[in-house]
Amino acid sequence: MNTKAAIKRKRGPGRPPKTVASGVDDMLPTEELVEMYKDMLLIRRFEEKAGQLYGMGQIGGFCHLYIGQEAVVVGLQSASQPGDTVVTSYRDHGHMLACGMHSSGVMAELTGREGGYSRGKGGSMHMFSREKNFFGGHGIVGAQVPIGVGLAFSHKYKAQPNVCMTYLGDGAVNQGQVYESFNMAALWDLPVVFVIENNQYGMGTKVTRAAAGRALADRGMAYGIPGKQVDGMNVLAVRTAALEALAHCREGKGPYILEMKTYRYRGHSMSDPAKYRTREEVDAMRRQHDPIDHIRDLLKSQNVDDVRLKDIDSDVKAMVTAATEFAQTSPEPDPSELFTDILLPLTDARLIAKA
Amino acid sequence: MAIEIRMPALSPTMEEGTLAKWLVAEGDEVRSGDVIAEIETDKATMEVEAIEDGKIGQILVPAGTQYVKVNAVIAILLEDGENASDMKLPTLDASAEPAAAPVADDAIASAETVAETVSATVTTRAAETDWSGSSTPLTVRESLRDAMAEEMRRDENVFIMGEEVAEYQGAYKVTQGLLDEFGPKRVIDTPITEQGFAGLGVGAAFGELRPVIEFMTFNFAMQAIDQIINSAAKTLYMSGGQMGCPIVFRGPNGAASRVAAQHSQCFASWYAHCPGLKVVAPYSAADAKGLLKAAIRDPNPVIFLENEVLYGQSFNVPDDDDWVVPIGKAKIMSEGSDVTIVAFSIMVGRALEAADRLAEQGISAEVIDLRSIRPLDSVTIIESVKKTSRLVTCEEGFPYAGIGAEIAMQVMEQAFDWLDAPIMRVTGKDVPMPYAANLEALALPQIGDIVAAVRTTCKGFKG
Repeated sequence: MNTKAAIKRKRGPGRPPKTVASGVDDMLPTEELVEMYKDMLLIRRFEEKAGQLYGMGQIGGFCHLYIGQEAVVVGLQSASQPGDTVVTSYRDHGHMLACGMHSSGVMAELTGREGGYSRGKGGSMHMFSREKNFFGGHGIVGAQVPIGVGLAFSHKYKAQPNVCMTYLGDGAVNQGQVYESFNMAALWDLPVVFVIENNQYGMGTKVTRAAAGRALADRGMAYGIPGKQVDGMNVLAVRTAALEALAHCREGKGPYILEMKTYRYRGHSMSDPAKYRTREEVDAMRRQHDPIDHIRDLLKSQNVDDVRLKDIDSDVKAMVTAATEFAQTSPEPDPSELFTDILLPLTDARLIAKA
Repeated sequence: MAIEIRMPALSPTMEEGTLAKWLVAEGDEVRSGDVIAEIETDKATMEVEAIEDGKIGQILVPAGTQYVKVNAVIAILLEDGENASDMKLPTLDASAEPAAAPVADDAIASAETVAETVSATVTTRAAETDWSGSSTPLTVRESLRDAMAEEMRRDENVFIMGEEVAEYQGAYKVTQGLLDEFGPKRVIDTPITEQGFAGLGVGAAFGELRPVIEFMTFNFAMQAIDQIINSAAKTLYMSGGQMGCPIVFRGPNGAASRVAAQHSQCFASWYAHCPGLKVVAPYSAADAKGLLKAAIRDPNPVIFLENEVLYGQSFNVPDDDDWVVPIGKAKIMSEGSDVTIVAFSIMVGRALEAADRLAEQGISAEVIDLRSIRPLDSVTIIESVKKTSRLVTCEEGFPYAGIGAEIAMQVMEQAFDWLDAPIMRVTGKDVPMPYAANLEALALPQIGDIVAAVRTTCKGFKG
């Protein structure tokens, strides 16, 4: 490799996390930190269980686990306000839990049961909750991004003080509609935070082999969209950046990009042999940068004792056990469900064609 | 030799226009490239330039004249040294026809001109049977605009978005006047970014707005088809019924005129293939208005296929600002007993003309305008086939896996025993649309093709 290419790679989107610890909100009350810890731990334990169930053949199809990335969505959502909307791609279980969707409903969707959020008709990649303002759960890489801009458009149209948090991965940033979305969002000052979860790999392709140019946070530069690279393994750094980005949007200044430097411990999906990286790389990340170890250490430094931490562990474990039980016992959808929810029924008699 | 200045065609589908203003007077010297007149087409005001140097000898069509046919002589240009007495006055024939391909015999059923179906007169055939009030002749273009304006007045969550819909007043002038009435918040010019604004519209619909997304033509919607199918059509199902997507994707579909393969294609069967969508393709102005209003009020995604050639055609439209035509009901345009012809969009006009010719040959054809492609009103089709025992389907799209194939299959499933002859399809040819005028005419289904198909299906029975 020539020198120029080497330099380019070093500066590229794969560069090691450069923590933006400055301004991190270390003063967060302990109880709020405890809540974030619970949320992150729930995602971790939930995903571990989902992996097990997949191995047992109880979850089918594609199943993309969020293990390692928990600080991103929990940090972001901790900064959100009621009425803010969320949309993401298919690595979505963590987002749903962080939005307050019930772990039983999510798990039952994974097992394809009636009690799932989509009544078994969506599966891992396609789940929604209008009640919790979670708009999916979309299976096509990048397709959720213009949808997020549309949600932001509706916030602005209705003069709501809300923001849409639109999550995408480091693979999606090379899809064309992402830039169509950046352009429109900036052109019309739409309240949307684009959260790029850079977990270093788009399926098996390292981000440096897929993404040209500078950091992904800079991908909005041509449109005048401010971007910031954030240590996505540090939940407080994420929260601080999120507060800043959301404030920017709420002030009517248009979109904001946050590139979260993060890492997924598991394969792209359950069927990924992960030959594209070494065991050592994954282990080193786990040992040195695990986001849950990090927040646990923070709690300990704020005098949360082992007994309390153990209690939280067992509470979370109990929740996941209950969710699993529900997901295993909820019946499969009735065969008549095959033909429901294709079109919404017409309520206005004038729209109904008479035979 | 005096030069005839003719009414120019300023768009692929222009048939006639208004000579709005002369910028020269008789006796004026002009040079090639000088603007000599302004012409209003159905889409825009355009300038006409002199193409030769000379002196304006005579103005034959005064300013303000409407409905001046393309190719009609509008003025005489004198070359150097000529004077007015050199002019051999052409006959004032405002109905000069554009150069037409030779008209083939019905039995050969080949190339007839596209222009044969285009008529500037008000089509009265499509009288609204369920309307007893007064009507006004309106173009399809005007009735689509009225539908959007009325729905925007009715519901402030309705907005229109697309390329050139606002300040330009619509690439085909369908959104004319909407920006003035509703302002830039609700009439939104987008960048050229089909996938982006189609997806944005889906998100806005999830956000409980009612977007009307205009594609400049449906050819460009190919850039956005993932957002239409995967995002708009499927999400209700994938969410167990939570995520309704009340959105209309509309724009011209099918062949225009001489714009070749990438700009001339019927997408009816593409969208009709997908559960979760409704697909509508009106012919008359009354249906265009009533169906668009129904589409905007529908809680589901609707693909609304218009036709550029029909935009300028006039039909009687009920004087009713609440004229709604339910989606999913076909319309019998002309009753008959020997054969059923089903068609949609521009093919309805051709089917009606074919029915007239067939009547002269002693064959009574029933013409059905499908209006809605999905859901398909198979009940009306089946009832008709049970009466006539013969069926010819018409569409501009390709034959392979087309709407005709679907209708034929449904009739086989539901009315096999009533059929007295194989079902015939009249479709576009199975080729990308060629540019050359003669080849384009051959590629498109013509009136003669319909007549020939009907005669084949009636062989041994009539004719």
